[in-house]
Amino acid sequence: MALNKGITRILEEAGGIARFTGRFFREWFRPRYEFSEFLRQCYLIGYTSLPLVGITAFIMGLVLTIQSRPTLAEFGAESWLPAMVGVSIVREIGPVITALICAGKIGSSIGAELGSMKVTEQIDAMEVSGTNPFKYLAVTRILATTLMVPLLVVLADAIAFYGSYLGVNIKGVTSMHLFYNQVFVKLTYSDVIPSISKSFFFGFAIGVIGCYKGFYTSKGTEGVGVSANSAVVVSSLLIFIIDLLAVQITDLLGLT
Amino acid sequence: MITSQGSSLLNTVTSSGKDVVIEIAHLKKAFGSNRVLNDFSATLHAGENLVVLGKSGSGKSVLIKCIIGLLKPDAGVLRVFGENVPDLSSEELDQMRVKVGFLFQSNALYDSMSVRQNLEFPLRRHGKSKSKEEVNHIVMEALNNVGLPETVDMMPEELSGGMRKRVGLARTLILNPEIILYDEPTTGLDPATAREIDHLIRDVQEKYNTSSVIISHDMNCVKLTSNRVVVLVDGICYAEGTYAELSKSEDRNIRQFFE
Repeated sequence: MALNKGITRILEEAGGIARFTGRFFREWFRPRYEFSEFLRQCYLIGYTSLPLVGITAFIMGLVLTIQSRPTLAEFGAESWLPAMVGVSIVREIGPVITALICAGKIGSSIGAELGSMKVTEQIDAMEVSGTNPFKYLAVTRILATTLMVPLLVVLADAIAFYGSYLGVNIKGVTSMHLFYNQVFVKLTYSDVIPSISKSFFFGFAIGVIGCYKGFYTSKGTEGVGVSANSAVVVSSLLIFIIDLLAVQITDLLGLT
Repeated sequence: MITSQGSSLLNTVTSSGKDVVIEIAHLKKAFGSNRVLNDFSATLHAGENLVVLGKSGSGKSVLIKCIIGLLKPDAGVLRVFGENVPDLSSEELDQMRVKVGFLFQSNALYDSMSVRQNLEFPLRRHGKSKSKEEVNHIVMEALNNVGLPETVDMMPEELSGGMRKRVGLARTLILNPEIILYDEPTTGLDPATAREIDHLIRDVQEKYNTSSVIISHDMNCVKLTSNRVVVLVDGICYAEGTYAELSKSEDRNIRQFFE
């Protein structure tokens, strides 16, 4: 019985998210276009997330390099370190870790902000002011996350490379030119394109889930916390599901 | 004169010399098995303050959210300026909402915007192309009308409950609405501030010649602001009359509000 209820709740939630996504695509093209709010959200979502994403990416590149070195050294393949770390960062670690950080920072912030607006009737106030709150609040945020997360992924990759370069130089001497040469020689379009493509989907999922949870907040201030929390949980889960699908599709297309 | 639900809408309309601006007939709204509005009928005449009196949870807020189009009734007629609200498209609803202001119980000021931005928001949304000076003049005039010009660059979090209510009213007035819907305007305020808001509601009625629906269970507010009162009990318009008429009623359901 409890299992049935749980399954029903999950299906209802999935249906709600699907309807919300459908509404996004319907509203996206219709005027009025909230361009200034979209730009403001790009700034808030992209620019203000950069320090956290940058620090995490730097540490990620450094740690991955330090931890990979002993294994590669065992096989006498230390010279492969920049290439191996580069491909790992671009294909998987950069997009997924950046998306998870964004799910935590941006997803929770959108869920809490819209949830708080919902319970204090600010969304209703917007509607009676003749503004479509879905377009003004949800469409702008979803578009901003969809565009900003891939940009953050590219920047995170670049910063992680620098962290890796420093990691390589802890127990050896490699010039920056040689390091980057070794990284980019091994990187191909089939590494970069699927990685950037899935980042758009990660960003879209973070935006949709954050806005959906915020818009359907209930039970007052307690509900705001629940919305923020479940925005992070559901979008993190979706990131892994999208990643799994992306790997399968890449494999089917022979891009591995 | 105290009338009950049985009096027909047409009789109410013809018995008044003023234009009817809101017409509600046989309105029904339920949430699951909970019937909140059950065949509710009432009218609002031009220039009148109509107070809807009822206990907490009796459906008063649901009623005005149906009037403004935030909730869709299950059945019945709900005409604002002659147009049936449930039948309006979203564009037509937006047009109607220019003429109908709404003061929320929680004030619903946008937290992330200053008082000035809160007041400018409805002006910008309705595409009225005005210069910066004109917009500033309108904003300052609206704040002067509620006695708070000094708050223009403050954030909502810096305002007291009474100030927030006044700023909310200034935002409601900024598009010069013909009808104002007040959702429990004095709830959560101390008695002195609540009386100030009551007087402000009367001042707004006189200065802007607005018609208002005021949701309340604060009897001082009802006494000070109402021209006419309808009592909402069990989802129906149980009784209707002036404050003085209702206060003399012997009916237990009406007396409970006056004791």
